[in-house]
Amino acid sequence: MSYRPDISIDIPTESADPTRKINLKLNGQEITRVVSTRVLLSDFIRHNVGLTGTHVGCEHGVCGACTIIINERSSRSCLMLAVQADGAEIQTIESECGSDGTLSVLQQAFMDCHGLQCGFCTPGMIMNIRSHFNSGEKLDLSDEGIREMISGNLCRCTGYANILLAVRQAAKQLGKG
Amino acid sequence: MSTRQFGARVKRNSDPRLLRGEGRFTDDIPLLGALHAAFVRSPFARATVLSIDVTEARALDGVLAVYTCDDIGHLDQELPLLIPHDCMTNPRTARPLARDDVYYVGQPVVMVVAVDRYVAEDALQLVEVDYDPLGVEMDLEKAVKDGAPLVHATHPNNIAADFTQISGDPAAAIEKAEHVTRITVRVDRSTASPMEARTVAAQFDHVSGQLTVWDGTQAPLAVRGGIASLFNLDEDKVRVIAPDVGGGFGQKIMFPHSDEVLVPYAAMTLGRPVKFIEDRRENFIGSNQERTQIHHVELFAKKTGEIVALRDNFLHDTGAFIPYGIAVAQVASTSIAGPYRIPNIEVSFKAVYTPAVPVTPYRGCGRPHACFAIERAIDQLADELGFDRMEIRRINLIGDDEFPYKRDGLLFADGLKVVLDSGQYHKALQMIRSEIGWDNFPAKQKAAQAEGRLLGVGLAFYVEGTGLGPYEGGHIKIHPITGKVYVNTGLTTQGQGHDTVFAQIVADQLGVAVNDVIVVEGDSGTFEWGVGTFASRAAVCSGNAIHKTAIKVRKKVIEAAANMMEADIDQIELADGHAFVKGTNRRVALSTVATATNPLRYAFNEASKAATQFAPASRHDGPAMGEGQHPGLEDTDYFSPDCATWAYGVHAAIIEVDPVTCKTHFHKYVCIHDCGNMINPTIVEGQVQGGFAQGIAGALYERIEFDEDGNPINASFVDFLIPYATEIPSIEIHHLETPAPNNPLGVKGVGEAGCIAVGATVASGIEDSMKHMSEAVFRHVPITPSMIHSALFQKSD
Repeated sequence: MSYRPDISIDIPTESADPTRKINLKLNGQEITRVVSTRVLLSDFIRHNVGLTGTHVGCEHGVCGACTIIINERSSRSCLMLAVQADGAEIQTIESECGSDGTLSVLQQAFMDCHGLQCGFCTPGMIMNIRSHFNSGEKLDLSDEGIREMISGNLCRCTGYANILLAVRQAAKQLGKG
Repeated sequence: MSTRQFGARVKRNSDPRLLRGEGRFTDDIPLLGALHAAFVRSPFARATVLSIDVTEARALDGVLAVYTCDDIGHLDQELPLLIPHDCMTNPRTARPLARDDVYYVGQPVVMVVAVDRYVAEDALQLVEVDYDPLGVEMDLEKAVKDGAPLVHATHPNNIAADFTQISGDPAAAIEKAEHVTRITVRVDRSTASPMEARTVAAQFDHVSGQLTVWDGTQAPLAVRGGIASLFNLDEDKVRVIAPDVGGGFGQKIMFPHSDEVLVPYAAMTLGRPVKFIEDRRENFIGSNQERTQIHHVELFAKKTGEIVALRDNFLHDTGAFIPYGIAVAQVASTSIAGPYRIPNIEVSFKAVYTPAVPVTPYRGCGRPHACFAIERAIDQLADELGFDRMEIRRINLIGDDEFPYKRDGLLFADGLKVVLDSGQYHKALQMIRSEIGWDNFPAKQKAAQAEGRLLGVGLAFYVEGTGLGPYEGGHIKIHPITGKVYVNTGLTTQGQGHDTVFAQIVADQLGVAVNDVIVVEGDSGTFEWGVGTFASRAAVCSGNAIHKTAIKVRKKVIEAAANMMEADIDQIELADGHAFVKGTNRRVALSTVATATNPLRYAFNEASKAATQFAPASRHDGPAMGEGQHPGLEDTDYFSPDCATWAYGVHAAIIEVDPVTCKTHFHKYVCIHDCGNMINPTIVEGQVQGGFAQGIAGALYERIEFDEDGNPINASFVDFLIPYATEIPSIEIHHLETPAPNNPLGVKGVGEAGCIAVGATVASGIEDSMKHMSEAVFRHVPITPSMIHSALFQKSD
């Protein structure tokens, strides 16, 4: 059987949505982009900038897979428009390891403790924990305290037990507890 | 010498990449100019489609194509029935897009392809579909009654399948029984909810005729076969890749969902890559679900507590279609006697069409249902005969010397016999008794009761037929440039860590580091024989196939190295990526051996330069490769189990129920678990913990709810109570390792184990916590606070 493209269709390359220019600091770099005014920040980061480490699990702000750090606070990138991030300073999972790919203490703890399985929720989980680590607050490293810390992130694979171990290991190593 | 990797707590090869955000999930794969698909879905559980008008949608800027059932050519057909079985009459499967009728809320009716998902969703709003809604019956027990509205006019009483299996002589045994326990249990509908919903992307190269499909599936080779068949293409022209997949838990084993056919179709028709990235709401209303069963169990016993026969009659909700056949119900029916001797069994079920998302396996696949039924029944038998719950189990558990224990007459979901092959059931029971503190518990319970607290202990045993056939393969080659070992198998991973456990198996045979073994799965372009990831079968089927292959490659390495170093074969040892001559410092790197076994050797690098000085390279007395020889260090082998291998375990929990909030609190949860030899205990524990969390979800939280018209009413993560870390208690895991006798590695599956016994354990514990003050029984999961409240205040639920 032969399949040929339907040449009667004129394929546009992008939507006709209104656009706006935005500037932001992403993982330490200043960037300028023209974006559709209705594009979600998560889609902008993934598809416009091309940083696909931020994952989208529900698009209604519950699962936390798309968590990034915006102006030092962990935020769900699926609940914001890209244009709302104009002028913001953002960190995504791609900023977590060293420039040579060396895992951060937190990432290494996830690896040591088997704190991930499929890895889909992991970037959002890590960025949420990173924001707690960066906050300067004294962290409650009891099981209940860590459960509360990660209670904005769903994980369907691990049952969370090893994530608790990973957070505790990293926090102790970094003197956060 | 290298230490043995099999059995070691090796860290995972895949983790650094995933942790850095360098995963390769379907939507991460850059496809230049990709278009996006979205679906108009039925808003009615059952309706006749009167008309579809797509004129306005087609006219919207940025919309490339709008497909109804009239626009998809030969694909407008009922999709394949994957697993036929004689007990189904005229089994019904869905069309890619509805024609004339819709059968559940969420069924795809129209597909839009646009420049991006935003425009595609705009266009969905412009499609006008006129429906004539029909009556529905969502209640499984009412759906089989005469006069109930029919899902398919072809199927009276909505019966999709009716099947009975018999083991032993139940009629005779029942006649002699001294006691009968009767119980009805219910398990509600749920969904797998992988964190990455389902995904498909396709690209068609009109020049080469090559169709490439990236599919977040558990069975890429099956998808490849299905697409080749439905599109009438040579298999060779279809490459299906399961890239990183963000959890599956069974939902991604079924093929084809509509999008898996229509996205490739659109890519071929439009000449551009097309993607469908399912959103969460679509996953709730459009992707397959599982769980609803209602079991009526009768246990026939002697006064001594010995169970002589079991009769189970159950209803199984198959949803609007039955594309995966009776697999879920059949697994439940063959698991119903659990770990108990019960020599006489009669188990029947009716699979029932309901106007809801079709039912195919979700982690556990009938096993949690069967476990809940038999374990709740055994608890009740204990109560009625005045036995301790531990004791009634001890009396009936199969003894170590009774293995292999056959249940003649029962056929498992793979069509093969049910033989519980091995185990130490009694030891497991003793371990849980001691670990949970069974003997001290009554005193603790009394003390708690004196303070007005409700404290109970729950207990449940489970078995799990794992490692179903028919087969998997393993292909191994040692790369001549790097000396790294490449391994392929036909099934694929959704996060289980195959790339590490398979690497451990290979590392032991070839004496290389685990992270120098590169496992590539899920790509029909690299290995095209295999089945898929389901039924806790990866370690058993692919693991053993890879092990067998590794032994063959080891032999080749040793022969080549012996030749190169002019030593005897039995003098060669493999370790640290090298072949050594025992007791000497003579050694050669595997990359060099691999290079030397390829007669074409340009001097690319040191390995190839080094290779030229060895014996095979200097051969001048005939062809470079003798008859029957094969260049390189490479081989393939397969493993095909003679039947499932049965893992098992026992759970116990000390649970406190708050009489005011009706919330449950776990003081302790213990799992004794045996999956045969463990390749990597850390990964085994991860599987058990993850399964356990889904078990807790099913025991206390998760249920897909419909209103009486068949509308899902909690189809989001806001309303569907998927647990966060705050809902999952800690669990203590203790291992037993009884080697499986029927495969070379002695392994059994573990993927589903963790979830199976949780519902039964939790129900048993909650019931025990209020036994002193309430007649209430817990035979329905999930157990909600309202159910506990009703129980405490003696209202019927």
